[in-house]
Amino acid sequence: MALSLLRDKGAALDKQKFTWRELVQSPISKLDDDAFTRVRVILMNGIEEEAKRFQHSFARMCPDPMLQRALAEVRRKEVHQQVLVNWLLGADHSTLETTIGYEQVAIEVTAAVAQKEPDPYLAQVYRYGLLEDFDHMYRYSALMDRLEGKDANNILQSYTDILPGRPTIDEHRAPEHDLKRPYDRMKADPLTKLHALTIMSGEQQTHNFYMNVGPMYADPVARQLYAEIAHIEEQHVTQYESIIDPNETWLEKWLMHEACEVYNYYSCVEAETNPRIKAIWERFLDYELGHLRVVADLFKEHEQRDPAEILPEKLPAPIEYKSQRDFVRGVLEKEVDLRANGYDFVDKAKEPKSSLDYRRQLNSEGSPSQTVSAGYTWAPGTELKLKVVNL
Amino acid sequence: MARTSQREAALGPNKTGIATSPKDIAKMLAGMDSKLAMPSSEGDERGMADIRTGYIETAEPVGSMPPPATLKGAAKSGAKMMMGERPQVLLDKLGERLAVERTATRLYDALIAKFRAHPQDPVTDEELVHIRNEEAKHFALVGDCIEKLGGDPTAQTPCADVAGVEALGLMQVITDPKTTIAQSLHAILIAELTDNAAWEDLITLADKMGQTDMIPDFEQALAHEAEHLATVRSWLQALVAAESDLVKTKT
Repeated sequence: MALSLLRDKGAALDKQKFTWRELVQSPISKLDDDAFTRVRVILMNGIEEEAKRFQHSFARMCPDPMLQRALAEVRRKEVHQQVLVNWLLGADHSTLETTIGYEQVAIEVTAAVAQKEPDPYLAQVYRYGLLEDFDHMYRYSALMDRLEGKDANNILQSYTDILPGRPTIDEHRAPEHDLKRPYDRMKADPLTKLHALTIMSGEQQTHNFYMNVGPMYADPVARQLYAEIAHIEEQHVTQYESIIDPNETWLEKWLMHEACEVYNYYSCVEAETNPRIKAIWERFLDYELGHLRVVADLFKEHEQRDPAEILPEKLPAPIEYKSQRDFVRGVLEKEVDLRANGYDFVDKAKEPKSSLDYRRQLNSEGSPSQTVSAGYTWAPGTELKLKVVNL
Repeated sequence: MARTSQREAALGPNKTGIATSPKDIAKMLAGMDSKLAMPSSEGDERGMADIRTGYIETAEPVGSMPPPATLKGAAKSGAKMMMGERPQVLLDKLGERLAVERTATRLYDALIAKFRAHPQDPVTDEELVHIRNEEAKHFALVGDCIEKLGGDPTAQTPCADVAGVEALGLMQVITDPKTTIAQSLHAILIAELTDNAAWEDLITLADKMGQTDMIPDFEQALAHEAEHLATVRSWLQALVAAESDLVKTKT
């Protein structure tokens, strides 16, 4: 599919209409749909969530009533889209099963992005975050096995490994070490900007999700693990938002957000195997092109700048939705011992004292992630296939 | 002609098991045999039990019983307390029964909607509505009993709260448009099995607490629940048998 960010007009805003029946469609099948269909549903909810939250932030800082109105009009469409997408998740997913899906997004999409990222430093940033989410998968899988008696691989469909990564206990660091160097808006490849927004959006919704569902567990072990991993996701939001150039203007950022939505729906269209869901991605790709057109016109009007300064003529190659196992294992073997030191990454022997002190205090009454996975090795059909512990 | 579901369990693209991903699972299992699979901490699930124990030892209760709602009730409640009896135990279990019967009414409402979309023999609309209405009558009966004891039937008691958590899964199953009548009946069966045991125990408790005037109504409710259980179970057995016959015919 050949798309032009600068020429394709997409659907006009006044043509983007919904009914409640359309917004609340039949969910995907947990059992029969491909795991990557769920991955796309989860990621696109995150992309829409960020679109909405960004536009709210912009509106709160925007004294121009015409711009505020445009933000409200586009945002209404984003919210409709978000509801339709997020409601595609079936209610037969337990919260932990959905959580496994969220971590599969974090692993597979970040790994895909890390390999295509043109900026070597930012590729390193993605690989660093990747190994932490990879570890979360292991911890949550152990919790699912030991709490619900379920196999996380029923969700993963063998695409994604369940192995320890950078231990979550070691991921807690002093806040200053979460910040990374931003790309330069004047020099960065457009793909770099699209990647940063995509991954930041995914991590943000993951943090929000864990913060919302953590208290819904009765089990104190689950409550502790969600509390712990939600903290790391907050660190990841800090990390990934810091790589976005803060000198971009509000309108420039809005333009990039719309381009990011176009890019992601386009990637979904290219990869989707479920025809019903593919039709939704196609429809929303058309809608996002419409949003992009509105914002491009506002950009020209308010900043007297050409959107071509910001946007590429053609979309980059789509995000690859496939198992990134080999890449992830390679990163795991080479980089698991890296730690953050300010903007840079160092061997764990050189980790700053501020992070060590912070972590020591936080873990001083025990580590939920270590406890939940003590001695845990995943096996098809759960660890009870390997052993029966006599409590 | 017998009415049958259009949604029997059919062979299809279920992707959850490892047998459907032979190449991927081979790579995945190869990783499990490598040093990458070494757990980052020693031990087993007993560490989780230790955390749970620590919280259990310091946990507050779910909540309390509300004070008696009426002066008459207060006097009665006080009198029982003076005699060393604890009427709040009976009121808590009555509160649980009230909540469960009210929820059961709504579970049947959802089941009736599903049945009307996909009618299936031997289930009948009339019988479903009959059971639904008996659940609603039981709700009203228990509410009257709570009032007679000076309790507040609008309050959510601790056991009612816990029973509500128990019922969440049943509600999710029955209201899911994707589940079949048989799958929904399986969920209802859980409710009906518990209802039978709970009414038996409530009769025993009411007798122990000297509330013998309630017992005839409770025994009638128990008889209803026994009928519900027998009916639901026979429907479920028939539907599963019919489905297996259908599969046999197809193969």
